Amino acid sequence: MSVKVRIPTILRTYTDGSSEVKADGGTLAEVLASLDANYPGIRARLLDDSGKLRRFVNVYVGEEDVRFAGGLDTPTPEGTQVSVIPAVAGGAR
Amino acid sequence: MTTTYADSTTPGTHTIRPGAFGNATELRCRECGATSPLGAHYACFECFGPLEVGYDFPQVTREQIAAGPHNIWRYRELLPVPADVASFPNTEPGLTRLVRADRLAADLDLARLWVKDDSGNPTHSFKDRVVAVALTAARELGFQVLACPSTGNLANAVAAAAARAGIRSVVMVPHNLEQQKILTTAVYGGTLVAVEGNYDDVNRLASEIAGEEETWAFVNVNVRPYYAEGSKTLGYEIAEQLGWRLPEQIVVPIASGAQLVKIDKGIRELVELGLVEDAPYRIYGAQATGCSPVSAAFHAGNDVVAPVKPDTLAKSLAIGNPADGPYVLDVVRRTGGSVEDVSDEEVVDGIARLARTEGIFGETAGGVTVATLAKLVRSGKLDPAAETVIINSGDGLKTLDAIAGRVGPKATIRPTYEAFTEAGLA
Repeated sequence: MSVKVRIPTILRTYTDGSSEVKADGGTLAEVLASLDANYPGIRARLLDDSGKLRRFVNVYVGEEDVRFAGGLDTPTPEGTQVSVIPAVAGGAR
Repeated sequence: MTTTYADSTTPGTHTIRPGAFGNATELRCRECGATSPLGAHYACFECFGPLEVGYDFPQVTREQIAAGPHNIWRYRELLPVPADVASFPNTEPGLTRLVRADRLAADLDLARLWVKDDSGNPTHSFKDRVVAVALTAARELGFQVLACPSTGNLANAVAAAAARAGIRSVVMVPHNLEQQKILTTAVYGGTLVAVEGNYDDVNRLASEIAGEEETWAFVNVNVRPYYAEGSKTLGYEIAEQLGWRLPEQIVVPIASGAQLVKIDKGIRELVELGLVEDAPYRIYGAQATGCSPVSAAFHAGNDVVAPVKPDTLAKSLAIGNPADGPYVLDVVRRTGGSVEDVSDEEVVDGIARLARTEGIFGETAGGVTVATLAKLVRSGKLDPAAETVIINSGDGLKTLDAIAGRVGPKATIRPTYEAFTEAGLA
């Protein structure tokens, strides 16, 4: 299944400056593997040594934060938008 | 003096003038320690961790500070701002009153209590402090627009600061925000956008836009390292207003957690610089139960904060995924404090308690803080004999909805003395 992945500025050195790229996979884990095949090294920036999403990376599948869904097992249906966003801010008020 | 912003150069190519960030020397990752030059960066290139400003402080004396402006720029040598910062229009926040709160102390059986009342800032919340520093960084980095996601107080502060600086502002808020906060943002004339979602949704949208709009300074996203430093001034002021000494206990509301973490950073800097005597202090965090991910992590003994979907009337604290949550846990555990949460009912009681004992009308965040203070006393986690400071971070006029229907006139009478006495009001 083909999905679109939005790439944050900090990772665009891997995608030749592209802010959005295509990837394949039925789950987030598969999408990240597909992404890494096309842009080697990018997955290691998103996952820590134990293979979990880094603490300061937020990944959304559609509008859902994957931490509220299935994490790396979150399904990524055809045409889904996946967004990778550094987990800053929160400084509301 | 003219206040033109840098020309149309993008922040990445804009030449930073010498001394633009005062005594700041670098940005440092709070996770892995990697450093990078001062610039428009906010996430570590190695691990995505948040960046923090590092300094090479000169020797600063109490006298130098006391001779400075009557606002946060008196601490300019400890902030990432240029020496001439005060000559550029800003909202000049800070040096809000530290109120000795004897009646609230008596109500709670505390020995000595103060309220640091940040409702006295120009747009009536502590957010003017952080925005003043962020605006300065935005100017020095060549940004053209001041922007933010906000639950209200930050929206007020950004819109006002941009108006005063003569630049455009773009402020995004959850669509169901308190009407008072909508109006007190819109009045300054910037672009106010209501987003159909909660704060975490708005925050996500802002982060995505920040990646595309290279001339926009999102104060709490892409200039966050500088912005967050503004909260240190709360710690500086508390110490200075106590006669250059540290309180033994401080209770701070938690939204993103940055305020609490930076108050601690400010205190440690004062100790390192010899401006106050080193003494133990405990910092406590306050959350509303309907959005209490940090309290939950604290009580579970976790180092990570699991995000939640907020549901509380304390909307200014309704951040389900607080960026500084893990650092709050570090500070609270290191100093021997704790994090507690209180129900919405207790929040309203807290607002009323502060108003009726001290004549201070705090917003819901202040209610959370007062209610948490009461809970800490009840549970024995806070020493009633020790000197305590609590933060009232915003004005109750901004969150009237929280008390609407709960307070009001004793009676409605005809305009006659007879009616007055008949109503039993004499």
